[in-house]
Amino acid sequence: MANGTASKNVWARDLFEWIDARFPLSALWKSQVSEYYAPKNFNFWYYFGSLALVVLVLQIVTGIFLTMNYKPDALLAFASVEYIMREVSWGWLIRYLHSTGASFFFICVYLHMFRALLYGSYRKPRELTWLLGVGIFLCLMAEAFFGYLLPWGQMSFWGAQVIVNLFAAIPFVGESLAIWIRGDYVVGDATLNRFFAFHVIAVPLVLLGIVVAHLMALHETGSNNPDGVEIKKNLDPRTGHPVDGIPFHPYYTVKDLFGTMVFLFVFAIIAFFLPEFGGYFLEHNNFIPADPLKTPPHIAPVWYFTPYYSVLRATTDELKWVIAIAAVLFMVWAFLRRGSSAVRMTLLGAGAVVLVLLYLLEAKVWGVILMGASVLIFAFMPWLDRSPVKSIRYKGWMYKLALTIFVISFLVLGYLGMQTPTNTLTRMAQVGTILYFAFFLLMPWYTSIDKTETPPERLT
Amino acid sequence: MTTTRRFAAALVALVLGSAFAAGPARAASEGVRLDDIGTNATDVASLQSGARTFVNFCLNCHSASLMRYNALREIGLTDEQIKDNLMFTVEKIGLPMSIAMAPRDAKEWFGATPPDLSVIARSRGPSWLYTYLRNFYRDASTTTGWNNLVYPNVGMPHVLWRLQGERVAREDKAIRDGRPIMGEDGKPLTVVKLEPLTAGAQSTVEFDKTVYDLVNFLAWMGEPHQMTRKRVGIWVLIGLTVLIFLSYFLKRAYWKDVH
Repeated sequence: MANGTASKNVWARDLFEWIDARFPLSALWKSQVSEYYAPKNFNFWYYFGSLALVVLVLQIVTGIFLTMNYKPDALLAFASVEYIMREVSWGWLIRYLHSTGASFFFICVYLHMFRALLYGSYRKPRELTWLLGVGIFLCLMAEAFFGYLLPWGQMSFWGAQVIVNLFAAIPFVGESLAIWIRGDYVVGDATLNRFFAFHVIAVPLVLLGIVVAHLMALHETGSNNPDGVEIKKNLDPRTGHPVDGIPFHPYYTVKDLFGTMVFLFVFAIIAFFLPEFGGYFLEHNNFIPADPLKTPPHIAPVWYFTPYYSVLRATTDELKWVIAIAAVLFMVWAFLRRGSSAVRMTLLGAGAVVLVLLYLLEAKVWGVILMGASVLIFAFMPWLDRSPVKSIRYKGWMYKLALTIFVISFLVLGYLGMQTPTNTLTRMAQVGTILYFAFFLLMPWYTSIDKTETPPERLT
Repeated sequence: MTTTRRFAAALVALVLGSAFAAGPARAASEGVRLDDIGTNATDVASLQSGARTFVNFCLNCHSASLMRYNALREIGLTDEQIKDNLMFTVEKIGLPMSIAMAPRDAKEWFGATPPDLSVIARSRGPSWLYTYLRNFYRDASTTTGWNNLVYPNVGMPHVLWRLQGERVAREDKAIRDGRPIMGEDGKPLTVVKLEPLTAGAQSTVEFDKTVYDLVNFLAWMGEPHQMTRKRVGIWVLIGLTVLIFLSYFLKRAYWKDVH
């Protein structure tokens, strides 16, 4: 018996040696997992990166099975989804896992991003990890948008119609651009087919590539932690490994395993007992087949897009005046600031361009610009934050207050994006929009004057 | 640490608070207060009674083309029972609940094609359907001679009128605490009340039950596997609970030496 086990192990060792002579399997495993040293003080917020990866795998696997029965055809799509729900063995489960997974992907990514805002994970030297993360976020939004057309319900159809029409707002080329995107004068069969192609292969391919790059960049610099202290500064002279670091495997693999189980428990409650989640995850109107002749009285995107949708709707002629005032103030500041005159002229020029565009472009176009900006502005975080410390634990009250206001305005905008607009609600969305952008645009100022504490030398 | 905790608590409170303050809108109900009902997919008697009403009254103009007759096995019916009592237009039990009326004719006769009812309960919601089906009234100004409080000027006539009887609408002053309610323009507000004109074959209580069973059936038909889903869900949650404990103790065992 003992002999048998020993010879089996030799056999396995030989196999790994054979592979390692041809492919860096052990080396990759060591560098990325078993000898990747991560800070030992990860807390609750650090689960969401690995959880996002779990959801990504879930979406790909369930997506493959959905594709086996779904028909990307304007005449068949709606019924084929119901065919999956009714006739395909366990089809209802696959479909609900996929639809619940879409919302949970955003929940995980939003909390993952919030973690970065808490502990300054975007700061030097992790700027590229952050930028790749913003890329993942953009891909995820594209993926969700394309995928939402596929059930071919009323919300699918009119949501796509509204968003594609945004491109029509671009001066001169807009109309042709919108037709080029749709492949038709309205959202139709051609649109459904191309969105299907984007949803099942084009975007996932890019997404997976960026996810790999995101992880590689992270493992190059090493992970940040709730103290924002670089653990690589304190190496054990004997081993050469960080004193405050622990190997990702087995420590964080078992910890993330536990986190995944808790996550799946919450996920299962929604997928099995509240799959529509009161109309938030599956909208009621999307159970009506798409009808190009019947515009629903109330078109709202799914919850994860509503903050940006609110920004779009909040951009009226009045808000243009607010932008104009902000641009003028920016130019005054640029004029008074010390430093090279070349930089000053560039800044003044940028302000002037904004003013000219405010004059030339109507509010609708500015809505599109601001909506895009509200997403892309995250990319500038590494350079907007001027605080000497990374973690909120050692930042002063100004950043804490700013982040709180930002989170509140994000949630309020999200809520408003689901409602039928009224004068009061639009006003609220405008205040929310201003506060949302103020968090980013004023960041260089408030983070540089904020009183910070000195972080400890090592993890607490 | 405390900062993080406070942020976490604040975030959770905000998310839950804003999510359940008001749900996303369903189809509009024109200001009529809907009678809230819950549905029960385990009440087989109610589902079977609803199926009978559905086949007799709805399945002439409305199809349920995503639904096969033999799916009715799930509500406790045998193939024989389905064939003998519920199948009038088709021969094979594996066929979908389609109708003979052409959509183009229907559009001409009613002004709009009657929608397929397979997933109607998922778009409108049971409470809307329940209120809508009970609030038809006589109105000589429409082409069908019928109108509806929940869906004004709907193209659908009151198909269940022989059961409910005919009713007429009468405008009345809106009263609260014995005094009329005034509108913003200073005039008293009015409400529309339905009053019986002729008696139906069923009493109000019986008719409400008939409509409830019908809506209960529509809600079940919107997702025929819903009971399977919940049954499987319980076992999944039990399994995951075990895995949560196992993985927790595994994590604790591994982390013993981390200080």
